[in-house]
Amino acid sequence: MAELFFFIAGIGAVAGAIGVVVLRNPLFSVLALVSHLLCLALLFLLLRAEFIAAAQVIIYAGAVMVLYVFVVSYVGGADEVIPLTGGGRAQRLLAVAFGGAIFAELAIAVLGTGLKALSGEGAPYSPGPQAFGTPAYIGRLLLTDFLLPFEVATFLLLIAAVGAVTLARRRRGLESGEPLLARPAIDYSRPGFTGTMAEAVGGRRALTAPDPDEPRAGDERPERVPS
Amino acid sequence: MNIDWYVTVSALIFSIGAVGVMTRRNPLVVLLCLELMLNAGNLALIAFSRMWGNGDGQIFAIIVMVVAACEVCIGLGIIVAMYRRRLPIDVDEIRELQG
Repeated sequence: MAELFFFIAGIGAVAGAIGVVVLRNPLFSVLALVSHLLCLALLFLLLRAEFIAAAQVIIYAGAVMVLYVFVVSYVGGADEVIPLTGGGRAQRLLAVAFGGAIFAELAIAVLGTGLKALSGEGAPYSPGPQAFGTPAYIGRLLLTDFLLPFEVATFLLLIAAVGAVTLARRRRGLESGEPLLARPAIDYSRPGFTGTMAEAVGGRRALTAPDPDEPRAGDERPERVPS
Repeated sequence: MNIDWYVTVSALIFSIGAVGVMTRRNPLVVLLCLELMLNAGNLALIAFSRMWGNGDGQIFAIIVMVVAACEVCIGLGIIVAMYRRRLPIDVDEIRELQG
């Protein structure tokens, strides 16, 4: 029974991966990746990694892929124009040859190795509430042996969220000449448009929006002397 | 099933992802192919974790998932910023990321 599920999930995962690479429309690529992730979660289940399989489905195939779908819809994923002549084709063939070489090398490294355990079913497993791969097991490991990586990962997520907001915000909120709200006193201590969240969403900012053609205060450059 | 089957599937997915990174020109799809490669690494980690009956590989896989989520977050932020600046969404056209 495990063999049947392995082949279904494995073929699905590989087909999804090929779909991601081959499909022209980015939205279809995202959907192929979702199916790939679901098949991969089934493989994780076969490897007794129950918690990771659930996290894969909920976080990866759910949350992260929703982010992808939103960005593809926003950017307008146009079909990619594939140049079939000239340098593009040679590069494509070279890339496929290189990928085949990577696979051959990895397969030789894996299958030609002398590790006996690699061609076995794995360590003995006995089911139970604290068994290998259950949420209780993972949670105990995360909060005892791997507490530092856990904390570092949380900080990494925080930094990534802040970075994404900083990268994707609007730089110039309103058109010039548009009346603006009075800005709070703390804002006078810094030059205009140096970036706050309120500015990004077009809230309280400078008293008047500066004319983009007019040099702003703090923006003066030394005049170039005509020689 | 023997563990080496899983590791072989992982190697196959990794090389498919590598081909995608090298051939596709849309940065969105390049990010998707990076996800493929990270997931192949995850599959290998979990297969080896099962092989030894040790949970450390699974913890490593969770950390890899966290790093992948961060990378997606930043990458999509950069793509949205590129779109806002009317830059072409094409990795061949974008040769520099300054300003």
